[in-house]
Amino acid sequence: MRTAEALRMAVEALRVNRLRSMLTMLGVIIGVLSVVILVAIGTGAKNAVEKEIAGLGSNIILVVPGQVGLGAAPTQSRLDLSDVAYVRRVVGDPSKVTVAVNSGEPVRVGRVEVFATLTGTDENMPHVFDRPLRRGRYLTETDVDTRRRVVILGSEVAAKLFGDVDPIGRQVTIAGVRFRVIGVYETVGSTFGVARDQEVHLPVTTAQRLIGLPRINGIAVGASGPDEIEPLRQRVVAALAARYPGETFSAVTQTQLLGTIGTVLGMLTGVLAAIAGISLLVGGVGVSNIMLVGVRERTKEIGLRKALGARGRDILGQFLIEAVLLTTIGGVIGILTGVGGALLIQAVSPVPASITWWSIVLAFGVSAAVGVFFGVAPARRAARLDPVVALRTD
Amino acid sequence: MPEATGTSVPAFEAIGLTRSYRLDGGVLVDALRGVSLRIGQGEFAAIVGPSGSGKSTLMHLLGCLDRPTSGTLRVNGVDVATLDDARLADLRNRTIGFVFQSFHLLARTSALDNVALPLVYRGVSRAGRRERAKAALEAVGLGHRLTHRPSQMSGGEQQRVAIARALVGDPRVLLADEPTGNLDTRNGEEVMGLLERLNEGGVAVVLVTHDADVAARARRQIHVRDGRIERDT
Repeated sequence: MRTAEALRMAVEALRVNRLRSMLTMLGVIIGVLSVVILVAIGTGAKNAVEKEIAGLGSNIILVVPGQVGLGAAPTQSRLDLSDVAYVRRVVGDPSKVTVAVNSGEPVRVGRVEVFATLTGTDENMPHVFDRPLRRGRYLTETDVDTRRRVVILGSEVAAKLFGDVDPIGRQVTIAGVRFRVIGVYETVGSTFGVARDQEVHLPVTTAQRLIGLPRINGIAVGASGPDEIEPLRQRVVAALAARYPGETFSAVTQTQLLGTIGTVLGMLTGVLAAIAGISLLVGGVGVSNIMLVGVRERTKEIGLRKALGARGRDILGQFLIEAVLLTTIGGVIGILTGVGGALLIQAVSPVPASITWWSIVLAFGVSAAVGVFFGVAPARRAARLDPVVALRTD
Repeated sequence: MPEATGTSVPAFEAIGLTRSYRLDGGVLVDALRGVSLRIGQGEFAAIVGPSGSGKSTLMHLLGCLDRPTSGTLRVNGVDVATLDDARLADLRNRTIGFVFQSFHLLARTSALDNVALPLVYRGVSRAGRRERAKAALEAVGLGHRLTHRPSQMSGGEQQRVAIARALVGDPRVLLADEPTGNLDTRNGEEVMGLLERLNEGGVAVVLVTHDADVAARARRQIHVRDGRIERDT
């Protein structure tokens, strides 16, 4: 028997029991819907984090003393500015190496005080990191060499201290020392909970004097391309290890960060999808159940079809197509409502949701597979009916 | 499928057919206890007997809906024991037309599509099915009822639709199980007249009935009792 004919019969059978078909589909719809929505949320979260990391700039290697990783003890930095100069020589392009000294200090203007993250850095920072200015200028070599008391404010710090007033050229007080504002950064959001708009940048030399220590917290190196990252990372780590025998240095790349976080969030997405998949399975049991009822109800029809020349295979195909039709229609409705739901969540809540084509293809494929899997038993029962017995049934 | 043709090969040839059932309680019932008979091409025969005589079992075997416990059955010269279920289904589809006491029409389906049903399993195109189904319905005088559903037709009309369905595939044999059992006298008469006309056209007709008047219309009566042929006249 042709598939088109079986399809026509299946559509007819579903239409005859419209309410029952819809209720059975509902189980599949809910399952597919939750798979699509949860995968969208999981993927959305992953994309959001990846965007944050990428927002730092491209091809960045962060060099820090000691081990980096969960559970690693914080290490007292022994790096200083001479090490930065050393790394610059190793890398070759001095403009692609910058430095960070971090501290937290209150920043004051008149009576307004804001707690900010102070980061001492240098003129090469904008060559390594992606940090656009809203107003003013970046640090210069002279600023660093002469320990100028100048600052660039994160957008949030600027707004809190100065409101609508243009801060350029104005004074702020940090730890009793007065600084002149030379720039304000664009809003960039936060990375790993570090609110970068609450940062205040100043020359690294000025920062060291303010803190009272000649140390630096880390060195950042910008690679010229994605392929350069790994060789450069190894070169920098090896050079530092040679300079300080017996000590460890770590260089973390964005790729590594992305890889680690991607794995964790990918697992989370998988777990969410699996939980949603269970409801799809329950929907499948419902399909199986209703197909068994259908076979029983239509025993006489099956007997007649067999008497008229239908082979077991024809009957099997007819019921299997009916079950698959039931689940795939449910699957399509589930996908449509799931996509709609994900878009709605995206629009009205802060939860990021991102629809991926593979989750839709997968949801459709799984719902079709559920139809086959849960349709086989009832369809085989139908195919095996003895026509004599089936025709006698009243 | 090898299919012998020509009038020399009988439509049915049964040798020592038996059929036993085991009931749910485990009791063995011998519905047929050794039936041998020949029904030639184009014959008009009635299988007659009281209920429980085994006549329905015999008809199921002749119609290839069931297989004998022992014995040999040849349909148009083909030994059914050599056919698997799929080939047996094909044999039913091409060789035998069924008419049932309770019509067995699909309730939500038009007369046209009901009649076309056997052709679905023969792979005939939709257009071809409709054309042949229309011709079959016209042949039973229902050319004006093509789109009606069974519930919109009288019992007599429904049985004529069922006969059209049995005819649509050009079978060699019509097997009719109490075809007038659910009909009043007038409609029953009409159906019997139709079967007689079809027989005159060359199709063998085998009736199963316990109605002596209906059986009397056939040229041959095969009386079945207790699973055996009692009399064949």
